[in-house]
Amino acid sequence: MKALHDTRHMTVRHLMALWRQPWWIAVSLVQPVIWLLLFGALFKSVTDIPGFGSENYIQFLAPGVVVMTAFFGAGWAGMPVIEDIDRGVIDRFLVSPVRRSSLISGRLASWSLTTAIQSLIIVALALIVGASFSNSVFGVLVLIVEAILVGAAFGCLSIGLALLIRKEETLIAAVQFLVLPLSFMSVTFMQKSLMPSWMQTVSNFNPLNWAVEAGRDAVTAGPDWGSIAGKTGLLVAFLCVCGFFAMRAFRTYQRAV
Amino acid sequence: MSEANAIEAVELRKSYGEDVQALDGLTFSVPAGTVFGLLGPNGAGKSTTVKILTTLAHPDGGSATVAGHDILREPARVRESIGVVSQAGGLDREATGRENLRLQGQVFGMGGRDLERRIDELLEQFRLADAGKRLVREYSGGMQRRLDVAQGLVHRPQVLFLDEPTTGLDPEVRAEMWDEIARLSGAGLTVLLTTHYLEEADRLAAQLAIVDKGRVVAEGSPDALKRELRGDAIHIELGSETAAEAAVREALDRVDGLDQIIYDENRILHARAEDGARTVPAVLAALDGANLGVAAVTVARPSLDDVYLRFAGRTFGEAEGEDQQRRTDSEKEATR
Repeated sequence: MKALHDTRHMTVRHLMALWRQPWWIAVSLVQPVIWLLLFGALFKSVTDIPGFGSENYIQFLAPGVVVMTAFFGAGWAGMPVIEDIDRGVIDRFLVSPVRRSSLISGRLASWSLTTAIQSLIIVALALIVGASFSNSVFGVLVLIVEAILVGAAFGCLSIGLALLIRKEETLIAAVQFLVLPLSFMSVTFMQKSLMPSWMQTVSNFNPLNWAVEAGRDAVTAGPDWGSIAGKTGLLVAFLCVCGFFAMRAFRTYQRAV
Repeated sequence: MSEANAIEAVELRKSYGEDVQALDGLTFSVPAGTVFGLLGPNGAGKSTTVKILTTLAHPDGGSATVAGHDILREPARVRESIGVVSQAGGLDREATGRENLRLQGQVFGMGGRDLERRIDELLEQFRLADAGKRLVREYSGGMQRRLDVAQGLVHRPQVLFLDEPTTGLDPEVRAEMWDEIARLSGAGLTVLLTTHYLEEADRLAAQLAIVDKGRVVAEGSPDALKRELRGDAIHIELGSETAAEAAVREALDRVDGLDQIIYDENRILHARAEDGARTVPAVLAALDGANLGVAAVTVARPSLDDVYLRFAGRTFGEAEGEDQQRRTDSEKEATR
């Protein structure tokens, strides 16, 4: 109960901060719009490659951009944590009866809400530029859930790293090091069968790839719900591992102060 | 352990890495309902002590109780009983003053009308009533500091920790802050105040412990500590570049009534005498006789600075300088 209450209070804190900077949502949409419009237009002829399957690249790309945007955004979840550390906010909470888990879950809850809104905007935009989403509302809902799951997991990783390294520059480097390679080693931009075989193997172990495959499948005609459920389960398990890591990071942090 | 003590720290030890021994067997106790000062230069181990007593950091050795609870065995109970105002403050700058206080109260299980009333009360007490709805980012340094203290009091703690509450404030704002802190005592609240301002400890603390290199070197009320230094302090600055300590001491051997002679590396001679005004001419004559030129002479009633000099064996200013390196090292360990 205490953990739930604390999470609610922390969520309110983060949402209020966001509420005061609504332009942030617009800024955070710049990147997905570039991916969708510029990247989508640039690689339009990719669909001509024999074996690509899909006929409309925007159609193919849009679910990937939804997941990737959530993933990119979550990668930076640790940055405000470092600011909290520098300003003594984390220490203030650590010497109060607050549940440590709420310091993570509060951030993830407010982040999930904004990510859901963001995802809906990207979906609307994709519809405007000619994509279509099968399985209507439920399909889109599943797509957004996959995006949030993989984002929450990497958000935990980012928060945990923030507590361990406590330096913005180092965190930026670590996030950059992870984010783009994981994106390229997934089916976000390219059909799996056309990837080099070693990359195909790597992508099987890439959580971002699980989310893109499951999300894209959910908005494609005739989805394999069993496979989607399997990947969702994997993502939930991965989220648990990352959450555990972030909780442990609090202990390591306290040993260092 | 006595129940009347709000804080008991016994032989606390803590080191950062291999080189920095932040606490080296620190022992002191704080009677309930008093303002207790931990006085020492930067790097003496005051903040580390606060971190350990507030359950943020773990000691390498020793034990402590706060509000009757063991910091290692019952950290959750300790956290429920304390308010902490750290050097960094811990305020959310992107939230309003009221929101900061509200979140702090909620974390301690408060809510509803009771909490809002308590927030009104505190904003009033700390002269922030008009600023409650403004973002903390827009507050002046003094306002932020007052909100820091208010934040530490929302849940009516038994023990309040104030870690260097006036560091970095303008002298005027500092004096205001002292008034606020002075008003806190007397309400049954125990306050542990750390400071490296002698004047601050003298003014606010009923009891104090002087900390040097992670140990308590003297303990008592500011007046009692000063009384222990009988007589006046005499400080003599020697003009001669070559005044060797041995020569100085030999010269002073012949002077009666001179006590506790310390000759520091800035060629300043510190000593005590029952009657400073009568002793100084004899001292000057002795130095003159040994061909040791004198640049300046001061005679003063004992201050906490003298207390520090007596127990730590160096002046406060010297200690600040010497410990700067230690502090930088320990900060490197602690915050990065």
